[in-house]
Amino acid sequence: MNSLKRGGLWTPSMMGGLLLGLCLLILAVVAPVMLSTPASELTGQAGQDPSADHLLGTDNLGRDNLARALVATRLTLLMTAGATILAVVGGMVVGVGIWLSSPRVRKIALRFLETAVAYPSLIFALVIAAILRPGVVSSVVAIGIAGIPSFARLTANLAAKISTSEYVTTARLLGVRPSAIAARHILPNMAEPLLILATTVFALSLVELSALSFIGLGVQSPSYDFGLLLNESLTQIYTQPTSVVGPSVMIVLTGLAAMLLGDALAARANPRASRRAVRRPFTPAVAEIPDRDTALVRVENLRVSVPGGADLVRGVSLTIEPGEVVALVGESGSGKSLTSMSVAGLQAEELEVQADVLRVDDMNMLGQPDRSRLGREISVIYQDPGSTFNPSLRMGVQLTEVLRTHLGMGRRRARKLITEALAQVNISEPAHRLRQHPHKLSGGMRQRGMIATTLVTTPKLIVADEPTTALDVTVQHEVLRQFRRIHRTQGTAMLFVSHDLGVVEALCDRILVMKEGEIVEHLTPAQLKSHDVRHPYTKALMEAVPVVDVSPRVTAPQESL
Amino acid sequence: MSASIVHQESQPVAAPPTTGLRERPWLRFSLRRLGGLVLSFVLLVGVTFVIVPLIPGDPAIAAAGQEASGAQIEYIREELGLDQPLYGQFLDYVGGLFTLDLGTSFTSGEDVASVILARLPFTAELAVLAISLVLIISVPVGMLVAYLTHGGRRPWLDHLFNFVTSLVYSVPQYVMATLLVVVFAVGLGLFPAAGAENLSSLVLPTLALMLLPTCVVSRVVRRETAVVLDQDYIRTARGWRIGQVRLFGRYVLPNVITTTLTLSGLILAAQLGGAIVIETVFAWPGLGQGIVDAILSRDYPVIRGTILILGLMATVIIILVDVILAIIDPRTMEAEA
Amino acid sequence: MTAEAANQVPMDIDTTPPLETRGLYVSFGHTSVLRDVDITVPAHTVVGLVGESGSGKSTLGKTVVGINKPREGQVLVHGEDVFSVGKRRRATMRRQVQYIPQDPFSTLSPRRTVGQTLAEALDPRRAKPSDHEQAIARALEQVRLDANVVEKYPYQFSGGQRQRIAIARALILQPRLIIADEITSALDVSVQAEILKLLRSLESTIEASMLFISHNLAVVQTLCEYVAVMHQGVIVEQGKVDDVYRDPQHEYTRRLLASVPGSEGFSLD
Repeated sequence: MNSLKRGGLWTPSMMGGLLLGLCLLILAVVAPVMLSTPASELTGQAGQDPSADHLLGTDNLGRDNLARALVATRLTLLMTAGATILAVVGGMVVGVGIWLSSPRVRKIALRFLETAVAYPSLIFALVIAAILRPGVVSSVVAIGIAGIPSFARLTANLAAKISTSEYVTTARLLGVRPSAIAARHILPNMAEPLLILATTVFALSLVELSALSFIGLGVQSPSYDFGLLLNESLTQIYTQPTSVVGPSVMIVLTGLAAMLLGDALAARANPRASRRAVRRPFTPAVAEIPDRDTALVRVENLRVSVPGGADLVRGVSLTIEPGEVVALVGESGSGKSLTSMSVAGLQAEELEVQADVLRVDDMNMLGQPDRSRLGREISVIYQDPGSTFNPSLRMGVQLTEVLRTHLGMGRRRARKLITEALAQVNISEPAHRLRQHPHKLSGGMRQRGMIATTLVTTPKLIVADEPTTALDVTVQHEVLRQFRRIHRTQGTAMLFVSHDLGVVEALCDRILVMKEGEIVEHLTPAQLKSHDVRHPYTKALMEAVPVVDVSPRVTAPQESL
Repeated sequence: MSASIVHQESQPVAAPPTTGLRERPWLRFSLRRLGGLVLSFVLLVGVTFVIVPLIPGDPAIAAAGQEASGAQIEYIREELGLDQPLYGQFLDYVGGLFTLDLGTSFTSGEDVASVILARLPFTAELAVLAISLVLIISVPVGMLVAYLTHGGRRPWLDHLFNFVTSLVYSVPQYVMATLLVVVFAVGLGLFPAAGAENLSSLVLPTLALMLLPTCVVSRVVRRETAVVLDQDYIRTARGWRIGQVRLFGRYVLPNVITTTLTLSGLILAAQLGGAIVIETVFAWPGLGQGIVDAILSRDYPVIRGTILILGLMATVIIILVDVILAIIDPRTMEAEA
Repeated sequence: MTAEAANQVPMDIDTTPPLETRGLYVSFGHTSVLRDVDITVPAHTVVGLVGESGSGKSTLGKTVVGINKPREGQVLVHGEDVFSVGKRRRATMRRQVQYIPQDPFSTLSPRRTVGQTLAEALDPRRAKPSDHEQAIARALEQVRLDANVVEKYPYQFSGGQRQRIAIARALILQPRLIIADEITSALDVSVQAEILKLLRSLESTIEASMLFISHNLAVVQTLCEYVAVMHQGVIVEQGKVDDVYRDPQHEYTRRLLASVPGSEGFSLD
């Protein structure tokens, strides 16, 4: 496995698929030449059982079953390839054509395709095959044409998706003609998904072509493909069941080759799927008895790393006193979010977390603290890019989750309390909001809703990871006010992660500046305000952040607006 | 035929009052679906009319028999309305649809509607049973595998699952059917190889029809679950420290089910095609067998009627799935508005 | 505060402004997104356009370059109405207005080299980098990128570098006007600072004016001479940045300014 790590191309699927495909190709070339006599010569040895001479027996005309199955490879592969090419090329032409046409035509054409795709393609192929008189060519044409709609739809959808990207917009603005846009931008970026789809089309065409022959409307004797062989063997299934084996195995192997190749290509295209499976050594909890210090949170020498890979957090230590608001600031990749999630005990499964001490209250976050206590004592508030709430559940279910699961409240009571809490954070019509789905609420409302739950659960610690980053300034202002209020009224300690120096300066008691997995400076808001910083990185960061300057300038002419 | 359309019409429109009509998206959504249904049906009527007579061979000869005299054939041609100009035949055909009259079979002289009605239950029985089993098995299996392998854990299970599903996936349904017959009917003699006499004769066709989609759907469920598990809202729910059972039942499942259902609708529609082949293997007296026989004997009205019914069923299934999805996740509906 | 009270941006007398909109209305379906928008971008000037999400500031930028069509009103590019001239003339005019989009990860075609991307801007028909080596080299130099990047593909660059390439693509045509739509919003502050530095240095070396669309009031102040504030599809206030920020006339501008952490009047209590 490890030896395959590099390249990513030579996965077992890819090698298996290629090897199998190559064998079938060789067979398709060689078998009809070498085995034509046993495969087609009529002999007196009809319907024989398997023997050394005839490994799979003979059919009712005395021909060797194995030889026939192998010889049929050529015709089957040729037909399948033909149908695939027809479907793929036809589909691409139609799909790109639809994309290039006017919006009105496009809309109608897509509706038409949708109807066509819904229709069982085999029935469609059946009728076409019947019209064209059964035979090799008509089967290929029928299955090929039947495959066009779905390929065309996918091509059109892909093209539509790519054409909304900004590089296509820009090209259009630059005056690049649609056909050139299709050739330079759309097709190259579709190539990979389409190639994967083509392998699927190949597998499907194989199945359907064989099906057509199998029910007698495809290849006609004396030609034969896998499907027809299977059809013939079905008639003698009671007298000679082994005749089924040859064509069955060949169909399966051919399909498998296409499948494996498709899988391998898809895995390559999708980095998520190719994420390497690494065995994570379980870190035993460090048996540190909670010391007698007053800190609510104590982190000593926290390390977060990709197993066998880079260290993302490198020895972070911090404390949070009860009721204290501590900020972690830094740019992307500084490790601030990883640190905060480790404190909350919510690190990603594929990461390794180690520390000398990592505790919240008297819970050892490296071990497995009581779930219910975690739920009650630590509240987590994330950035809201519109996806922090489950889109298919109403707000009420989600906002009352902690109350019902960990505080043992009934539905009615939990709702009542949350409704009141929502009103307190200035959400209008709170009862109605609970019945709505998350997408009906604005980002600011969702964040305030999240904060409102802490009014009821009264956690000891709130871990907030960039909670206002996705919000507009005026909305951010309102949300920050609510954080301040919670802090004032309930004395909740907070670990507040942000990249915005202005925000943390306004809200927090202490500010920790992070860079590349380490804390480089501890600051107070006053120091930040007066630019009293030591570390060059903090200095650079402060210089990089533009601030609104409204101080009167002597030179500025006093123009009235 | 028209009666069944009207019935479909009233369904989506009648549904909203339970949730209240104040939300206009419902109306829009229903109208669009209805429009889609009507459009599909019009397309189907047009296409079947044009395409079917293209099937080579003279139906009059087929109906009259090979030994019939010229006069007999002409008589039958007139009887079947085949001497009329094409538009006349089309008007007859469309007019017939409104009175549920699909014509009479060229070969048996029976009413096409009743021929189809006699066969429809067999196909429906098979398809519905198969798809139910597919969902019952593949949703839990797919979710379980996704859970167990999430974050790169248990790579062996990952490989095993991929291998098994790929293998079964590569076996076409008729090959599967044939193998099942060889093993269970011929070899072990446990179930009948053909016919539709009793419950036990349902076993092998159902198995043959469901194995492949089970693999497809469980792969999709597994992939979708993996995607959902990486979503922000799952992270949020983890932050609430709810138990795994509730996490999966309440937070993961609804989001996995949308894709699964969409796919299942398409698969169920495709099952109607798969059923043709399966029915041939097991001599199952459903629509599939019916259409193959009709094509071989050039029985236009039966071919047309069957294609129409199968197409209508496919469309209705897909629309039904859309409606169910809209109920589960209103965003799918509002996205259109 | 009425629309008339908002002063027009003063303009140089001897130069026609590269951009002027008059009574611009844009609607999507039944919702109007822009209402009666008058904005002027004078020659050799950077004008900031600030507002929150949904205010219509991006729509305005997109309408100017022709991605959206106005329902009513005029877009004058160097004095000529883009929507009333002939197709060919419009195409030429379009090339004088360049648009730089926000997302550094979708602004460049993944399968095209930097050279091909830049050549396509110069010559939409052939798009051959070898035809335009000098122009490409000059554009890359303007954005402080090495000349050897022409052979590279977008995935080999960071977000900031991609935005530089996007800027080079806009500059290479030597346009009269550049519409920069939130081009630093997706970047880390230190990268943003570098891009802002680059844009400031360009001000003195290039001819083009710029409409700089941003939600970040501070960024606009560091870069722009004039600013227009948008709210719900209407320009509520415009003028010199320092004047507007120091003495906002419109209620919304005041609220916006007071919401910026660290600004005067910002308070969480």
